[in-house]
Amino acid sequence: MNYRNLLKTGLAAVMAVSLAACGSSGNGGSDSGSSDGAGSTAALKLGASGPITGNAAVYGLAVQHAAEIAIEEVNAMGGTQLEFNFQDDQADTEKAVAAYNALMDWGMQISLATVTSGSGQAVAPNYAQDNIFGITPSGSSTAVIYRDTVNNTDPYGVLFQMCFTDPNQGTASADYLNTHKELGSKIGIIYRSDDNYSTGIYQTFKAEADKLGLNIVDTETFVDSDTDYSVQVKKIADAGADIVFLPIYYQPASQILVEAEKQGFKPNFFGCDGMDGILTLENFDTSLAEGLYMLTPFSADAEDEKTVNFVKKYTEKYGEVPNQFAADAYDCVYAIKQAIDHAGITADMSTDDITAAMVKEFTSMTFDGITGTSMTWSESGEVSKAPKAVVIENGVYVGVE
Amino acid sequence: MNVIKNLFSPKKRSRTISLLIVIIAYAILQIMSSTHNISRLLMSLLVPVCAYITAAIGLNLNVGFSGELNLGQAGFMSIGAFTSVIIAGIFNANGIEGIPVLIVCIICGSIMAALIGWLISVPVLKLQGDYLAIVTLAFGQIIMSLINNLYVGLDANGLHFAFVTNNMTLAEGGRMLISGPMGATGVRTVSTLTAGAVLVIIALLIAYNLIDSKSGRAITAARDNRIAAESIGISISKTKTLAFVVSASLGGAAGALYALNYSSFVAAKFDFNSSILLLVYVVLGGLGNMSGTIISTALLVVLPEMLRFLQSYRMLIYAIVLIAIMLISNNETLKTKAEQFRNKLGASKRKGAE
Repeated sequence: MNYRNLLKTGLAAVMAVSLAACGSSGNGGSDSGSSDGAGSTAALKLGASGPITGNAAVYGLAVQHAAEIAIEEVNAMGGTQLEFNFQDDQADTEKAVAAYNALMDWGMQISLATVTSGSGQAVAPNYAQDNIFGITPSGSSTAVIYRDTVNNTDPYGVLFQMCFTDPNQGTASADYLNTHKELGSKIGIIYRSDDNYSTGIYQTFKAEADKLGLNIVDTETFVDSDTDYSVQVKKIADAGADIVFLPIYYQPASQILVEAEKQGFKPNFFGCDGMDGILTLENFDTSLAEGLYMLTPFSADAEDEKTVNFVKKYTEKYGEVPNQFAADAYDCVYAIKQAIDHAGITADMSTDDITAAMVKEFTSMTFDGITGTSMTWSESGEVSKAPKAVVIENGVYVGVE
Repeated sequence: MNVIKNLFSPKKRSRTISLLIVIIAYAILQIMSSTHNISRLLMSLLVPVCAYITAAIGLNLNVGFSGELNLGQAGFMSIGAFTSVIIAGIFNANGIEGIPVLIVCIICGSIMAALIGWLISVPVLKLQGDYLAIVTLAFGQIIMSLINNLYVGLDANGLHFAFVTNNMTLAEGGRMLISGPMGATGVRTVSTLTAGAVLVIIALLIAYNLIDSKSGRAITAARDNRIAAESIGISISKTKTLAFVVSASLGGAAGALYALNYSSFVAAKFDFNSSILLLVYVVLGGLGNMSGTIISTALLVVLPEMLRFLQSYRMLIYAIVLIAIMLISNNETLKTKAEQFRNKLGASKRKGAE
């Protein structure tokens, strides 16, 4: 064996050992939001993961920022103290599992689960296996809370949602259009066929619309990498649609609005919560979004005290108006605090006891937040709150009946 | 003693070292996990590391050894992964679980990937030039789009398929195996570190046996001088196809191992970026250098997770580390220094022997 081989094998061994060293000491994480002046009660460890780098970073950052604001407020009240650890998962299933394990190394006791649905469905079995309570602010897919996604049965039981599930949004949208025939009766749909969120809403919208006898004149699809929507818009216009349902996120929706304007096609547009954020999109002429309807649980211009306070703090700290993801995260923290206070949960309890108590509280309590009032949760983890419809008028959301 | 000498003979040296690295690393990790000295985070990374190493070894055969650029290795992982999801679903429905499922899945995943690899390589590798890169690039995208729109369900009546819109109705007790953009859901995880290490060792043995075989010498000849190789009767397209198909099948096997480690994953996971990442592992480890590939893959998969304590600066630091490694490993001055050092050692060793 010559020196070169020795060197190579040595390097390999060193690598393995250093990996090992990393492994036993690498369970650090920042403790942002922990409070130091907080009486004698130890802080409960609240974890969360979401994308703060990569394409979906805007959602993860919104949740992280809003949760930090809420936790600061909760800790300042005295009483229940929370320690927050937010891990980056890049909205990727593999990274989400790694982020979950990093949180477990840190000693997570209660969780905000994940920001995105894809990550949520990847770690849901881990939450169930380790028996950790989680409430996701924005993981809206049914796969986040149900094992059986065909019939939406067999829930994990420890995972709850603050947002509507995708199917609920589809059904609610169809119901809304059915009772508001003045918006339009010939429905055109454009949705993204390679996106979980979009197809989830489309499928239940279609099912409900068929049941109600709504007239869908044309359905068009696009995929992630598409940048030109002229064909879809042209076909919808040719089919004579007077209302276009867009169960998609705001970036492609903005391009569809631009294309419709270009073609002189002027129906009513109707979107879901993914449309939230269209007014803050850079380089987008917001006048095109005038008259856009959407179902969203949160509007930043609401005048109740809680919303005003939250929007003010968020805008001061991060220089932008909070979106619905942020609002959901803010509500999650307060719902968790309400449950902790009512059940008398302390940091020295075992996670099994904490989870059992949290699940019991969530399935029995009523919560008033900024994304809805009198919210309740079913045993499978779905939230029940009234969807609000808003329309964009003069560049701001205005609530409509 | 002779056996050891033989193992480290110039011909077999790199094979022995690669295998030693895997075995030593496996032994250390096994000891750590049995004494509970390992974090859950690192533990959860071990199987994906093994999967990426297997795929990278395959890619190295193709890029480093056969000299053809392949930009679609993640596509082959995808094929292996989703094939094994379907097969594992069928097995689980019939009450078969555990390691046998994993073994069958890995075999089927690699066969499926090899078959498709063969199909796309037959026309392409008859051509000279970088056409394989273009075709594999497109192939990766096509596979991703197809699986993003594919729905597969399983019930008592057997498998059901749907495309773009999910219009299937499953009988009582049926479940979805692949649901379009939602990806594979409800996979029962069976992959373990041991299975991963065994797969890596098998991949290494396959790679080295191919390299040291008659076909392997033909592949090298075809890479180094096409005309000279043709003049002595080597069929260029056949040898290149061989390397490509073996590479694809290792990608498929890696995908199967990966799939059965996660209860849910999406087709978009195996996108162009993943293919490029695999290429980065190979280039950083050294073209044609299997030990280097193993080390660089392990390092680059684990590094961003170990940098979690840096929070927001994590990906920034990761990028800087990546650039630094690229610069340092290609620095001529350092290379010469290392060469001199090695020569000096060699000289003193010779002196010692005299």
